[in-house]
Amino acid sequence: MIGTLLLAAQVVLWHSYREDEQRGLEAAVVQWNRGHPDQAVDPVAVPHDGFAYKIEAAIPHGQGPDVWIFAHERIADWSHAQLLMPLSGVDTQPFLPATVESLRQGGQLYGLPLAFKTLALYCRSDLVPKPPTTIDEIDPFCRAQRSAGRFCLAYEAASFYHHAPWLHGEGGTILDPTGRPHLATAPAVRSLRFVRKLVEQGWIPEETTGALVGELFNQGRAACTINGPWFRGEIQAGVAVTVLPLPKHLATGVRAAPLLTVEAGLVSAQAQRPEAALAFLVWLAGPEGARVRARIGHQPVAVSRLWEEPELASDPLLTPFRAQLDASVPMVSSPAMRATWEPAQQALRRVLRGAFEPEAALRDADRQIALALAPRPRSVSPIPYVWIGGAGALALLLWAVRRMRLSPRGPAIAYAYLAPSLLALLLLALVPFAVGAGISLFDYDGATWRFVGGAQFRQILANHDLGDPLNFYFTLAITLLWTFANVTLHVAIGVLLALLLRDPWLRLRGLYRVLLVVPWAVPNYITALIWKGMFHRQFGAINHLLAVLGIAPVSWFSHFWTAFTANLVTNVWLGFPFMMVVTLGALARLPRELEEAALLDGASRGQLVRRIILPFIAPQLVPAVVLGAVWTFNMFNVVFLVSSGEPDGATDILVSQAYRWAFTRGHRYGYAAAFAVLIFVVLWLQSRWVRRFQRETA
Amino acid sequence: MRRIAVHSILIAVSIGVLYPVLWVVKMAFTPSQTFAGASTSWNFHPTLANFHDVVSSHDLAGRWLFGRQLANSIVVAFAVTFVGLTLSTSAAYALSRFRFRGREASLRAFLISQMFPGVVTSIPLYVLLDRLGLLNHLAGLVLVYATTAVPFCVFMLKGYFDSLPRELEEAVLLDGGTHFDAFWRVALPLARPALAVTALFSFLTAWNEFILAYIFMSQPTAFTLPVAIQRYVGEYTTEWGHFAAAAILVSLPVMVLFFALQKHLVGGLTAGGIKG
Repeated sequence: MIGTLLLAAQVVLWHSYREDEQRGLEAAVVQWNRGHPDQAVDPVAVPHDGFAYKIEAAIPHGQGPDVWIFAHERIADWSHAQLLMPLSGVDTQPFLPATVESLRQGGQLYGLPLAFKTLALYCRSDLVPKPPTTIDEIDPFCRAQRSAGRFCLAYEAASFYHHAPWLHGEGGTILDPTGRPHLATAPAVRSLRFVRKLVEQGWIPEETTGALVGELFNQGRAACTINGPWFRGEIQAGVAVTVLPLPKHLATGVRAAPLLTVEAGLVSAQAQRPEAALAFLVWLAGPEGARVRARIGHQPVAVSRLWEEPELASDPLLTPFRAQLDASVPMVSSPAMRATWEPAQQALRRVLRGAFEPEAALRDADRQIALALAPRPRSVSPIPYVWIGGAGALALLLWAVRRMRLSPRGPAIAYAYLAPSLLALLLLALVPFAVGAGISLFDYDGATWRFVGGAQFRQILANHDLGDPLNFYFTLAITLLWTFANVTLHVAIGVLLALLLRDPWLRLRGLYRVLLVVPWAVPNYITALIWKGMFHRQFGAINHLLAVLGIAPVSWFSHFWTAFTANLVTNVWLGFPFMMVVTLGALARLPRELEEAALLDGASRGQLVRRIILPFIAPQLVPAVVLGAVWTFNMFNVVFLVSSGEPDGATDILVSQAYRWAFTRGHRYGYAAAFAVLIFVVLWLQSRWVRRFQRETA
Repeated sequence: MRRIAVHSILIAVSIGVLYPVLWVVKMAFTPSQTFAGASTSWNFHPTLANFHDVVSSHDLAGRWLFGRQLANSIVVAFAVTFVGLTLSTSAAYALSRFRFRGREASLRAFLISQMFPGVVTSIPLYVLLDRLGLLNHLAGLVLVYATTAVPFCVFMLKGYFDSLPRELEEAVLLDGGTHFDAFWRVALPLARPALAVTALFSFLTAWNEFILAYIFMSQPTAFTLPVAIQRYVGEYTTEWGHFAAAAILVSLPVMVLFFALQKHLVGGLTAGGIKG
């Protein structure tokens, strides 16, 4: 009884903090719970990947948290979708004004600022006695570091988030005063030229990821990095660093200004005990909670007067962020801004790899943004669709019944054997499928669904510009090529290895088998990223190997075919063990006598494999190939993690496009569902074609 | 001579295949949390610190998270293997041995169910499980995973049953046995190699799945290991040492399972005296 009362009294808090930040938050919660046993808070640590998606699924069904912590960018969507409780009567006086402003939507406050994230300059004290404070000093500084055999700066130069400071430093903006994106501007061109020079001179590393930055910095191969407060945890013990705000222009005095993200505490519109949730949040964001989070979690907290207290004011890794806050630009979360990311990033990458001049790349980006911001399809009346859909379903049913009648009924036991799996399939696969297909007729704007009929299909299929990598037909061709190449290699390698590994007299057979299934066993998130690292132009193992063979280094992700190859190699590595195991299972049935007889008859090894073994294992191999093709067609992990669609989205496959529409290009679930339906149609046609082919060859 | 050639091929292939995994091993045994990709140095002091951190993860209430999550993963994966094999062996047997109305349509339904990308089905599934009261229950996960694994298992097993001679089963029926006896005592034992393959496949389907496990479960004590691992990937940075150690811990049971199963994949034997 008491137990349930206590449970009911709890405020559930979801967060994706780790390490220091998690410790800071949990210490604060413990302190709160000690003072408020009747309003105890239960902190739940969840993965950041998919956090927003989980929130959007859970809250409307009453399964969500009472309070959660997330970056402010989603507030516009979530307030619109009525997932957030508006906060009224909260005193915002204690907070730094810039952090509170980002949490308002239409004049209404939707969250409290816990901390802010932005970028600053980290330099190794041992390598850099005097870090550059002006942009004009960067040239001589980099030259000096270069002659010492180091990169002067390692940062994610190809990410637009990390490029934004240079753009702002040149006096540019991403959005014009009316809120429309304008990229092809003189300051933007200057900022791109500046970064291109850094790369061309070899001052900064190429193809930098966050992981590579940390590695180079810790090894002393890079003198400085541009990074956020989170980088503190990455610095190896024993490396002394100086942190300072980003440099400014000597002539204009304009400082390189990074984008500002505010980490907000949000209260669910469905909170079980909204007053308790709000009381806790006010305390957590306020001076008492913030002090604990700053002390233990090393967070740049949003309470202004804490920055005057000695504990925070004397932290040399934290105070530069307070200074940088005044020279930062709050991240806007409008649809216009979301449509800007991908084209802007593409322009940046095109310039960095030397494929485009800055002006041309930016103009092309503006054109793409305009396309992405084209008006959404108009609402239409669903009635004709209901009629057509109903008539179609009826016709399909009649056709199915007629066809069924043609075959004999068969024994009842057959149905008994089959019923459980068909029932599960119907409920858990086909019903969600039908609902998902239905979604494709709706347009989703982050909050409400509008019936638009087939407009999204028309939009996808109407783009005939084959030069545009986002074009459906282009992506379809790539997807088919991707599927065909993968499955061919999976089967060839898998069958070959299985043939080698089936000999019962082979020593260590069990060991080899286990070693060769390792790629299937290890979670592919990490191995795919290791492959990506192996394809790095400057540091990757593959280019090192090529150098030994006397071949010049290859920029794997700058060209379509090499990027495609990198994806292919990774996925073949991940996928061949499956085919190997299937073949081993099929071969287990092969009687030795059959082979011996064939060999006695004078058959060669090649003939034995072609004439006897392959036909023998076909009944198991064919379904594995057909399903393997379907899975590969929808295998987006590798494309996402290895090439990320580079160059310019050309190596994206259909399903990775669908994911981008659903998650990174502004949560257009309806549009993504239309993609999914088209994927299904293509696969279905493909399977019909395979069946016809099978029937003809059989 | 031939044997040496086979061994040298297999050794070369194994080294090539394992090379990327060596980086995971290195990261797991290096105490730092940075990614190891650019540095080619193998000069480091191996420690078990990352493994210790991963295994000893607790929540605020003092519950041993890793232990519970490991238990969840094991329960779910074995349950999926059991449910998946039960559903698919019986379905595959029916599809192989009987001719009946709806047979073709069922085969096609199994294939079609694999074609729809997961990007739009997870939310409908969420609503469905919510209605069935299976949200936040491992049983819900088991059902969803088993349904995902069944189609491949059905095709694999049906192909295998198709190739087994019917005479033995017919003999059972003539001796007064039931259809179930023929299935259970004769067909199933003969299908051991295919059962081993489908068991491994079902197990892995459940063992490595992340996104559904994450969306359907709301308590860290109910998470499975893939969700726990993904915790090490943050918004801005990743704890690579912990991630790699956890990845190795997660793959070990799979390898043990495969080692145990692979003795059923013996080639070139005339299984149980059946001649093909």
